[in-house]
Amino acid sequence: MKKLSFSSKSIKEILMRNKPLIVLLILCVIMSLMNDRFWTWGNIITVLRQTSINAVIAAGMTFAILIGGIDLSVGSVFAICGAIAATLIASGMDVVLVILITLLLGLGIGLVNGLLISKGRLQPFIATLGTMTLLRGFTLVYTQGKPISARGGADSLIFSKIGTGYILNIPIPIYIMILVFIIAYYILRHLRMGRYIYSLGSNEEATMYSAIKIDNVKLFVYGASGLLAALAGIILTSRLGSAQPTAGAGYELDAIAAVVLGGTSMSGGIGTISGTVIGALIIGLLNNALNLLQVPSYYQDVAKGVVILIAVLLDRKQKASR
Amino acid sequence: MPEKIISMKNIRKEFSGVHVLKGVDFNVYDGRIMALLGENGAGKSTLMKILTGVYSKTSGEILMDGKEVNFASTKESQKNGIAIIHQELNLVRHLSIGENIFLGREPVAKIRNIKWKQLYEEARKWLDKLGLNEDPRELVGNISVGKQQLVEIAKALSLNARVIIMDEPTGALTVSETEKLFSVIRELKEQGHSIVYISHRLKEIFEICDDVTVLRDGELIGESSIGELDEDKIIEMMVGRKLDEQYPRVLCDPGDVVLDVKDLNNRFVRNVSFQLRHGEILGVAGLMGAGRTELARTLYGIYKKDRGDILLENRKVRLASPTDALAQGIAYVSEDRKANGIVLGLSVRENITLASLKAYSGVIGNISKAKEEQSAQHYVDSMSIKTSGTKQLLKYLSGGNQQKVSLAKNLDSNPKVLILDEPTRGVDVGAKKEIYELINRFKKEGMSIIMISSEIPEILGMSDRIMVMHEGEITGILNREEATQEKIMGLAVGKDVN
Repeated sequence: MKKLSFSSKSIKEILMRNKPLIVLLILCVIMSLMNDRFWTWGNIITVLRQTSINAVIAAGMTFAILIGGIDLSVGSVFAICGAIAATLIASGMDVVLVILITLLLGLGIGLVNGLLISKGRLQPFIATLGTMTLLRGFTLVYTQGKPISARGGADSLIFSKIGTGYILNIPIPIYIMILVFIIAYYILRHLRMGRYIYSLGSNEEATMYSAIKIDNVKLFVYGASGLLAALAGIILTSRLGSAQPTAGAGYELDAIAAVVLGGTSMSGGIGTISGTVIGALIIGLLNNALNLLQVPSYYQDVAKGVVILIAVLLDRKQKASR
Repeated sequence: MPEKIISMKNIRKEFSGVHVLKGVDFNVYDGRIMALLGENGAGKSTLMKILTGVYSKTSGEILMDGKEVNFASTKESQKNGIAIIHQELNLVRHLSIGENIFLGREPVAKIRNIKWKQLYEEARKWLDKLGLNEDPRELVGNISVGKQQLVEIAKALSLNARVIIMDEPTGALTVSETEKLFSVIRELKEQGHSIVYISHRLKEIFEICDDVTVLRDGELIGESSIGELDEDKIIEMMVGRKLDEQYPRVLCDPGDVVLDVKDLNNRFVRNVSFQLRHGEILGVAGLMGAGRTELARTLYGIYKKDRGDILLENRKVRLASPTDALAQGIAYVSEDRKANGIVLGLSVRENITLASLKAYSGVIGNISKAKEEQSAQHYVDSMSIKTSGTKQLLKYLSGGNQQKVSLAKNLDSNPKVLILDEPTRGVDVGAKKEIYELINRFKKEGMSIIMISSEIPEILGMSDRIMVMHEGEITGILNREEATQEKIMGLAVGKDVN
């Protein structure tokens, strides 16, 4: 009896420390009660696959928010990188080369953000707002406002596997998402760079006084964010077989929502990548739930907004009462 | 003696158990200039904050024109004719001179719209009174600091201030601006205003003040008219602290020169030259604004030097960043722990290894937690850092233990020169002693130490040599045997030695 109460206490403790997990579990319970299609293999896979794109972007966003910054440009990077990948693959270029070039482009844009913020001393919000607008415009110019097909190239078929293929009955984007999170986890937990990211977000001045090149940390963070946005762009372009000029609009907000729902502090220094996983899953699940329940699409955003606010308020209250 | 406008009697102030003022009397006389003197931390600003209603007193009595008063806010004290001009002026740079003078009290018409013409005309009137020709429509940010000072005075006058408190008013002024200010102050005095003048510069005190009040460690040391005093007497009143604390001094024979600073100049320090030897503690004394912290931060690569050389073990070194400095073997323990010494959101372990993390990580930068833990535990044990464990976040540690972690972090980079900036600030008595013992241990191990401190007894008790700074310059370097509190204070206030 005593033992039982002890273990239930520790479960309670784990849950109290992981409010986002509670929200996720509650959503699952509600859904399983309301719709018996929810707990089917097919639906779970759908949720995970739909989550993967936002999750990959949110992983990069976690870095940016952890150092007390933000990256608003991810949606635009996503779009331009997707469009360029589509052009290149349709032109018959080797698929490995296409992926490499696209990822390097995303990395390069991220590094420009990093330079504007570190050397140019711009506010992250302003710097990435600028690149976001600039790249969105550039994407429209580049695509002439029309979708670009990724079909017709020598490697088009292989390229399409990235978004549509399965391994062991599980879609490839889910593997990519898991891999990204494992790497991000390793960086934050076990690499020097991860330690510097937390330190920078917690106290920039003291980090600089500790002989750490904070400009390099910022370059790494925004570079990684750009790279991951490009990766997400490749996944969607591959899945759809074409790149849409307006793709990724508003994705930065979904990514920020995932990070914040995961318990990461907007002022930096506090947060985990596992929190972001849960945050992204909450958003993915919510989208799925609203669809399954056949909520009209206009009301979906209203419902999403309400859930986000409640979840963050719960978290906030808990932190304040500590 | 002229009449007392303000008479503060037996004022006590306690901040969470710490007695900052221990029964101080303070008077301001009608039409006279009262100097308020004391070391850093003597209680001057606290006393003035109580008078102007920023703080409430723990006990005591304040009389104004013989009637008891108790101001709950600066607004109230202003209404009663007391204005304070802070060292960092309280002006809005992006507003005009006139707007600043009447900020919050703008003349308005029926629908609360500002009557600009009247505002600027009245501003003009006050500026004329002070002999300031500036257009009241000019932005405050575009005029010199000296003129900004006068705008503050104009604001005080427009508030009908009878008593004007000036805190270090000449700190940022040029010689001619200072003279202009003094002639204004004399004029104000003639018009019957009373002034409280807070300054570290004794010459100025003798030039314009009528009376002097000296505080020390929250106690009144004395009030007297300026005629009965000379510089030496004032210095004696300011220091004269009993040297009753025990400093565990360790005698070492200083070795070779480790650090040689030659003619260092930048916007904070002028012509700074000194040497530091192996196994030596060089104490750096001075009052606030003497440029000690700025000197330390220049040596640590935070501020650029304009001119001069820094030689480390006879080799010229380039120190463009803390990264350079630490790589060359210069470490700096900050005076402002929370701002830049430690990271409160990281654990004890993570803080200790922060500056030397490369030594704990492999080729791809993967940290060996075991190695890290071992090292952190070593520091926790050897420095007796009180914590529930190395994984404890630093924000849950006491000030003294945070300071030890800050020390440990700097030691872990194996420096040759360790700069300690106010190493015992905000640390309780027990932890202080432990920190002194640690400093001596580093010294015995052959480290060269520069210790900046505002506590003269601490400087006297710990240092082998004492360097005194005043307004960015070295005014003297004393051997331990010849140093006294009076000599140090004399050099710190820039008293003419010959």
